[in-house]
Amino acid sequence: METTILFAPLVGALICGFGWKLIGEQAAMWVATGLLFLAALLSWIVFLTFDGVTEHIQIMRWIESGTLSTDWGIRMDRLTAIMLIVITTVSSLVHLYSFGYMAHDENFREGESYRPRFFAYLSFFTFTMLMLVTADNLVQMFFGWEGVGVASYLLIGFYYRKPSANAAAIKAFVVNRVGDFGFLLGIFGLFFLTDSIRLDDIFAAAPELADTTLTFLWSEWNAANLLAFLLFIGAMGKSAQLFLHTWLPDAMEGPTPVSALIHAATMVTAGVFLVCRMSPLMEFAPQAMAFVTVIGASTAFFAATVGLVQTDIKRVIAYSTCSQLGYMFVAAGVGMYSAAMFHLLTHAFFKALLFLGAGSVIHAMHHEQDMTNYGGLRTKIPYTFWAMMIGTLAITGVGIPLTHIGFAGFLSKDAIIESAFGGGSMYGFWLLVAAAAMTSFYSWRLMFLTFYGTPRGDKHTHEHAHESPMTMLVPLGVLSAGAVLAGMIWYNSFFGHAEDVGEFYGIPMVEMSEAGEGHAEGAEDSAADEGAHGSDDGHGDEGGGHHGPAFGGTPGEGALYMAPDNHVLEAAHDAPKWVKVSPFVAMLGGLLMALWFYVWNPSMPATFAANQKPLYLFLKNKWYFDEIYNVIFVKPAKAIGRFLWKRGDGGVIDGTLNGVAMGIIPFLTRLAGRAQSGYIFTYAFAMVIGIAVFITWMTMSGGAN
Amino acid sequence: MIGLEHYLTVAATLFVIGIFGLFLNRKNVIILLMSIELMLLAVNINFVAFSHFLNDLVGQVFTLFVLTVAAAEAAIGLAILVCFFRNRGTIAVEDVNVMKG
Repeated sequence: METTILFAPLVGALICGFGWKLIGEQAAMWVATGLLFLAALLSWIVFLTFDGVTEHIQIMRWIESGTLSTDWGIRMDRLTAIMLIVITTVSSLVHLYSFGYMAHDENFREGESYRPRFFAYLSFFTFTMLMLVTADNLVQMFFGWEGVGVASYLLIGFYYRKPSANAAAIKAFVVNRVGDFGFLLGIFGLFFLTDSIRLDDIFAAAPELADTTLTFLWSEWNAANLLAFLLFIGAMGKSAQLFLHTWLPDAMEGPTPVSALIHAATMVTAGVFLVCRMSPLMEFAPQAMAFVTVIGASTAFFAATVGLVQTDIKRVIAYSTCSQLGYMFVAAGVGMYSAAMFHLLTHAFFKALLFLGAGSVIHAMHHEQDMTNYGGLRTKIPYTFWAMMIGTLAITGVGIPLTHIGFAGFLSKDAIIESAFGGGSMYGFWLLVAAAAMTSFYSWRLMFLTFYGTPRGDKHTHEHAHESPMTMLVPLGVLSAGAVLAGMIWYNSFFGHAEDVGEFYGIPMVEMSEAGEGHAEGAEDSAADEGAHGSDDGHGDEGGGHHGPAFGGTPGEGALYMAPDNHVLEAAHDAPKWVKVSPFVAMLGGLLMALWFYVWNPSMPATFAANQKPLYLFLKNKWYFDEIYNVIFVKPAKAIGRFLWKRGDGGVIDGTLNGVAMGIIPFLTRLAGRAQSGYIFTYAFAMVIGIAVFITWMTMSGGAN
Repeated sequence: MIGLEHYLTVAATLFVIGIFGLFLNRKNVIILLMSIELMLLAVNINFVAFSHFLNDLVGQVFTLFVLTVAAAEAAIGLAILVCFFRNRGTIAVEDVNVMKG
């Protein structure tokens, strides 16, 4: 079943991409979409029937080279199961949505066939993403990692006649290469130290790595810290974290369904997935984890501030994505991987919903993306409005404080903020609360500017604004349901009591009260004994806070590994009331600010921007990251390139070739030509001289002796 | 007593005369053919001289072969010359430079 899930999108991509001329455009698109829905259905079956025990499914033998021996296989555990439903669900809905959204496109000429290509790319992306999350070893994961990069490149640059789209595609690819280099170094390092790239072997070796030192860049490092750090560099690139985030907003040049699928719900979460997947290693790398937390929190804050002032509807949501990814990394960084996965899941629903909703608005407004030209669309496109409303309620975290009732984002975001507090990262906690307030502000700002107030911009466009077709509304409806319910349904599994989480992820439990040495001993017990032991305890001691069962097991057992001294879950649950309420208060604050700025006093934003011009420009220009990178990296790179091109290639290489071909060779030719007089006596003379020299030489050197 | 050295000296002299006839001559192709004959004869003298000196008849047999081949070669060479003269109207060596590079 897992193999079918994995290969259905590939088959769809091949049929759709190469066979559409044979079976027709519509048929090709339906084949790809149908196969995706099949994969989604199977994924849900797998997810719901999965019992938490890690399985390995071998597809084929892959690499046999020296000690590097690896299979191409599927690692089926809870992390994979979660990613499977996220990817296939969003992907199948996006496929369906694209029927409506891509029906007409002024970027292509009349009669030009671009839709099968689009669907083929989407299916191909889905396949590589599935490869990434089902990977049983790091090289396979890297294959998927690069595959999604390629698919992302192809789809960002889908409007290949637009120079800006091509530039954005190249930027995304190049910036990702920086991260991938770190990821590759991490893989090399792991292979160097553990002599294997299989995840199981690496996990088992993780405690050893924590005691190993490794020489890298002329200094000694703790191996676990260094390798975790290098892997996180890869995650930073893919997940658009601070310093490597610049590609994500530009990636909005691609068609909106692509933004929803790749740059919101799935590919950009690959970094979070990687950190969670490598949790056994991460748990032994405290410094790397601290770094993850700081980067995550900084990104969440930074992206939220930039999101406040953007006017392009897709860019606002893009920065929002960047910010939410920061949240996930904070959760992973403090050791609460399941909270990160929880937010990943809920975020996939509501962010895909927001993007598809934005796509619906853009579709209605004839590809106008500037929010300052929207306004009053509530009555024109009511379904889209309600979908966007649900998405906004979910992302801002609306719910009833101190209970577990609320929209998806409410539960997962609160889980992360409590984890940050529980994990002792005050930096992360305060930045995340501030980011929550800003999230609320820019999300409501988007809603108010788009759907409320008076119509602005081109009058003609507003008159012709129309609701989208059913193919676009159905995905919105499904995702809305996810955005409302996903949090409440799975709260206990992701962030409930330790035993619920442990059972969900297949993590063996040990009794917490044994404390200290007890954990160490427990960790060495055999897996089966421990599992039985743990589950018994779990039933016996339901209500315990600190004295309940805690996570145990050895690294690599279960989908996640929590070190025995990782008490973030309990600490998060025991957080004071003001901590638990703070994100809600921040959300209300953001909402009130947005109401004040964009409903009650619409002239306020302009006045505020004028008063605080330096701040406004700073945010408007995205903290000048692009400009700084331009000066530090792009310009010197271009200068070096031009130097090598003009001087190196043009001067030295072409010059040498020209010199040889046009100077030396003709000179030699003339010499050789002069030797050929055509007179027999010259040749005869040469022959005789030759024979004379030859005989002389033979005589002098003693001939054969 | 005339010994081996005398024969060899005569042969070498003849051979060198032949060589110089080959590439000092700028006038007539027929002289080229004659020079070649001269060199072959010098070789024949060597053969015969060594044959007598070593008491081995093979050398003299070889001489007969060389004479035959030389006769054939002269015949072919003269035939080529006749053709050449018909085409170019001259057999001056200096005019034979079609192979100039």
